[in-house]
Amino acid sequence: MSTLVLKNGRVFDPSRKLDKVADVVIDIKAGTIANIARNANAPKDAEVIDCKGLVVCPGFLDIHVHFREPGFTSKESIATGAAAAVHGGFTTVVTMPNTDPPLDNSSSIAYQYLQADKAGKARVYPMGCVTKERKGEELAELGMLARAGAVGFTDDGAAVGSSFLMRSALEYASALGKVVVQHCEDHDLSNGAVIHEGKVSAALGINGYPSAAEEVIVARDIRLAKLAGARFHVQHISAKGSVALVREAKRRGVRVTAEVAPHHLLLTDDACRDFDAHYKMNPPLREASDIEACLQGLRDGTIDCLASDHAPHTSEEKSQEFIHAPNGVIGLETNIGVLLAKLVATKKLPLKRFVEAWTGAAAKVLDLPFAGLKPGAVADITILDLGLLWTVDPERFKSKARNCPFNGWKLKGAPVYTIVGGKVFEAIGRTMQAAAQPKKAKKQARAAKKR
Amino acid sequence: MPWNRKHLLDLESLSKAEIVEILDTAASFKEVSGRSVKKVPALRGKVVVNLFFEDSTRTSNSFSLAAKRLSADVMSFSSKGSSVSKGETLIDTAKNIEAMGVDAFVIRHYAPGAPHLLARHTDCSVVNAGDGSHEHPTQGLLDIFTIREKLGKVEGKTVAILGDIRHSRVARSNAHGLRKLGARVILAGPPTLVPPAIGKALGVEVSHDIDAVVEQADALNCLRIQFERKAGRFFPGVREYAAIYGLDDERMKRAKPEAIIMHPGPINRGIELTPELADGKRSVILQQVSNGLAVRMAVLYLCLGARGN
Repeated sequence: MSTLVLKNGRVFDPSRKLDKVADVVIDIKAGTIANIARNANAPKDAEVIDCKGLVVCPGFLDIHVHFREPGFTSKESIATGAAAAVHGGFTTVVTMPNTDPPLDNSSSIAYQYLQADKAGKARVYPMGCVTKERKGEELAELGMLARAGAVGFTDDGAAVGSSFLMRSALEYASALGKVVVQHCEDHDLSNGAVIHEGKVSAALGINGYPSAAEEVIVARDIRLAKLAGARFHVQHISAKGSVALVREAKRRGVRVTAEVAPHHLLLTDDACRDFDAHYKMNPPLREASDIEACLQGLRDGTIDCLASDHAPHTSEEKSQEFIHAPNGVIGLETNIGVLLAKLVATKKLPLKRFVEAWTGAAAKVLDLPFAGLKPGAVADITILDLGLLWTVDPERFKSKARNCPFNGWKLKGAPVYTIVGGKVFEAIGRTMQAAAQPKKAKKQARAAKKR
Repeated sequence: MPWNRKHLLDLESLSKAEIVEILDTAASFKEVSGRSVKKVPALRGKVVVNLFFEDSTRTSNSFSLAAKRLSADVMSFSSKGSSVSKGETLIDTAKNIEAMGVDAFVIRHYAPGAPHLLARHTDCSVVNAGDGSHEHPTQGLLDIFTIREKLGKVEGKTVAILGDIRHSRVARSNAHGLRKLGARVILAGPPTLVPPAIGKALGVEVSHDIDAVVEQADALNCLRIQFERKAGRFFPGVREYAAIYGLDDERMKRAKPEAIIMHPGPINRGIELTPELADGKRSVILQQVSNGLAVRMAVLYLCLGARGN
């Protein structure tokens, strides 16, 4: 069997203006798409996945994940992270370099590629550090990192604080054709705070992290990008002021892009009222008006793409005192489900924009390989079931971590298959269907007995 | 009889009726302190653990004595010289002590929400004895008890809370409790220590004009500048603070004749409050301490369900 047919799915690729019911024929050996057509010809022994009622999309990319290897593999490894990715519907992820040691040298980059290869699940592209040891003092060997395969540069978790260094990084990376990706935070102003500054922080007596601490760096770096004539990407945008700054910069022709995480579109700082560290991350959950601005930005293209900031931590770490628990939540296995249910099904975000923001637009931010759904293209495909009903249960995750802020959410819509280079993986929608089956069978048995 | 809680974590989540029940119970316990044998058998056989992760004189001793007057056994734990200094987590520490067979934790912790975290992980009662800058519910209750005792009632009275509101768990608990009982609450001090968001968050008034506030108040609750929480970064200096925001005789000339002066202690004498006022005839500071004992007896009594025994 060297052919796979995705039969009768709704083939949906905004990058190719494609939305029609058709078969997608995949050459498994070559790992490419052979044909897209209605009732396409296929060998008799071809493997078939019945996609009637399902949406067949280009493979989803999550350009912001933390896989913690090397250094913190009790939280996540590249193998468990890559498994979580395909289980969550993602064919490709971009890993952040805040490992231990950090990815500030070419051998660390090579090591991540090696581990990802061994895992054999999602495609994993590492990002390199901007500065040596992420200390913000001197530039890392950006050229060597790029040569080793770093797809961009960031000190994520911390901002490059020095304006001089940031300008240099932008100029230097620009010649390498790479983007500098910034965790936008004025650390002096946020002052170690772990929660949005507003009513909730005031009531809880916890130091607040004002939106201005993000906006100040977004504003500065937009000007530095213009000065350097370089591209610049805003990670995990969270504040309405930042969205306005990016919108205005794009209008002026500055080459700035931005991403937003699902939790910043669905949760506010009110979630922190019970001191539950599962709602603690950096940047913090902000206010309803920030959600509205981020959503508007995502709809109108000010915010280019979605990205999870998947940040695994152990249960022990997350069950500490709120101020001590580490920042971050996982997202790979809920990204698609929560947004389909809460934004797409409610018509707050068109399906087209949703898919584009996880596929073509995400790839474009970092110039990652992306060909979309067309004959000859690599068979990286994500298949969605928009009607599947399920409840988030972190115990079903492939990620090593359980720090999920959406635990118990009842959702409609999930990824069901993830295909990476022709290789098929069952996604969380299938897992939850299978988990629901025994119950159904039991119910039927009970009903039969009664009769 | 509305009280059916196991924990006292904050005043924000209490109803007016629950607060009044604590105050009324405390009033009946106050009489015990006047007896020659200062003890009742209400919590005989119960074990109360003081779990203190932050320095305290008044609160830890007050809780210990309150538990002893109710005939409970009392164990005291302080993070200094314990396994916490070996890196043991709060939950592990508490679970190990719980395994010895105890009934209530009285917890003082520098991390906001630590009592809430503990309550999720233990079967014992948890009483918050101050969590960072979040709440200090028994201090709020004893302040309200003292106001009720001295002014006859709480409803309709104007209570000004002065000073370092930003870092104050006392201010937060007072604001919630007083507002629920119908008092008018004004938080006052320099804008850096009394951010306007805090007024909105707590549903009370904010002012930066101390003179105007002094004129309106029936009770003035002065707070300590919390230098240990780096409050010094928020204003130019001690001399300036005393001159512009401190309470002194000159400023008190504007006050209502019957207005009382309160302070949760320890006092920075000469900074937020002059020694003359702290020891003067308007001051009810030591009565606050006495009332604290009765309030804490009431809280332990109610949370440990002794009423039903």
